[in-house]
Amino acid sequence: MRLVVRGAEVTGASRLIDVTRAHVDSCLYHGEASLDFVRRLVEGHARVSIPTTLNVGAVDLLHPELYRGDPRRAERGRLLMDRYRSLGARPTFTCAPYQLADARPSFGEQVAWGESNAIAFCNSVLGARTNRYGDFLDIACAITGRAPDAGLHRTDQRRATVVLRLAADIPGTLRDADVLFPVLGIVLGRRAGSAVAAIDGLGGGQPEDRLKALGAAAASSGSVAMFHVVGSTPEAPSLDDALQHRTPERVELIHLAELRAVRDELSTATGERLGAVSLGTPHASLAELERYAGMLGDGAVHPDVECLISTGRDTLAQAPDVARRLRAAGVELLVDTCSYITPILRRTDRPVMTDSGKWAYYAPGNIGAQVVFGSSAECIRSAVAGRIVRNDTVWGGL
Amino acid sequence: MSPRALVLAEGLSLWGGMDPATGELIDTHHPQRGVNLTGRVVVMPSARGSSSSASVLAEAVRVGTAPAAFVMSEPDLILAIGSAVAEELYGKAVPVVVLAPVEVAAIRDGAEVRIGPGGVIRTA
Repeated sequence: MRLVVRGAEVTGASRLIDVTRAHVDSCLYHGEASLDFVRRLVEGHARVSIPTTLNVGAVDLLHPELYRGDPRRAERGRLLMDRYRSLGARPTFTCAPYQLADARPSFGEQVAWGESNAIAFCNSVLGARTNRYGDFLDIACAITGRAPDAGLHRTDQRRATVVLRLAADIPGTLRDADVLFPVLGIVLGRRAGSAVAAIDGLGGGQPEDRLKALGAAAASSGSVAMFHVVGSTPEAPSLDDALQHRTPERVELIHLAELRAVRDELSTATGERLGAVSLGTPHASLAELERYAGMLGDGAVHPDVECLISTGRDTLAQAPDVARRLRAAGVELLVDTCSYITPILRRTDRPVMTDSGKWAYYAPGNIGAQVVFGSSAECIRSAVAGRIVRNDTVWGGL
Repeated sequence: MSPRALVLAEGLSLWGGMDPATGELIDTHHPQRGVNLTGRVVVMPSARGSSSSASVLAEAVRVGTAPAAFVMSEPDLILAIGSAVAEELYGKAVPVVVLAPVEVAAIRDGAEVRIGPGGVIRTA
């Protein structure tokens, strides 16, 4: 409770409110400080008081053989995951708790979520309400069932103050391509910082997986905890609704040249050499697993290339047929963790290809990998060919 | 001697941005990649990115690689909580001072910075 009150002081909240769910990111091992903290909670006999899901940890508990790092660090990571489970949290170990039907908050529900992509999704796509709860405070809220009444818990703070409009030079085919969304997300994070922005100029009813990719990238390049996509997200049926009928502080255009430049910047390697393909950041949904399997068709992953898809253990359990097809084609399925936070990939001496803006953003710093960013289709085609295969027509061939 | 300011041109997420084992800035997208944050007063417009930064800050305090303080123009809940937990566990907080943007912009890289109990800073 001391931490929750400290949080209230920092955010200027004058009171605490009840929260009904929590998603806890503190179960990923960052060093002994992670264990020192949870030890205090365990010794104090703390228990979560509301339904609580857990974010990814350092190891895949179901497929531990995939881990290739220091065994002691894996052991500490596993111990931390176990400690959080012992506090009464559900061992979901996913960064996409919004994919779990029974853990998904409803519109307007007040919750306390950690994990930057989950926070952005929760606020923006579900219309549930959370602030950016970092490690330690997330579990403190889960134990107390309380959170500071500030920021995105409050209606007026959810208003878009920035409008980002897609310029007329962005072709319709690109506006409706999956690969646009992670790139647009990086731009959103840079332009908006921590402000709430409304994106205008995309077709209505965008699917959840695109909005997931958008938010995850935006929360990597900026502190984006909420965004609106006019016509797609629930608090933005119209631009005027997203603005809560007020005037924005700024209106900016996004041009094709900026999107192309950001797309290029997400790749740190050039040429055709390929060591691995990493998909499923944030964790692949059931629909995405099916899409990857469909793209593979009768093809198989090239023997010189590792192809890995990260997903949630609950999603994997729901999809035994798709999982069998993917594995038969040579794909490795990873749960409970992610391939850019822990040593999983067999070879990072050759470039790794990904369709995730977040993976491309963090992997070079975290695991020292050279990255090539591409569409999901380019990734799958490259995995089969054993070399990087590109198709830039959607970007205007450049 | 007072700690010296390290003025960052862009905000930083400590997770994915600082290696707590060494204090080094490791974000490949950051223009100042390779500088060391240990013992510096890190001056930046705002923090960024991952909610794991609180853990990275607490771990850096434990190892002894943490910055001396942060000075920013917006409050950051994640760093403030990381600092509060470090104080609880290891008896050492990392002050997070919020100033008006114009005052943040006035701090020169390398300047000596003193932080008082009320969070007031003086630069020499």
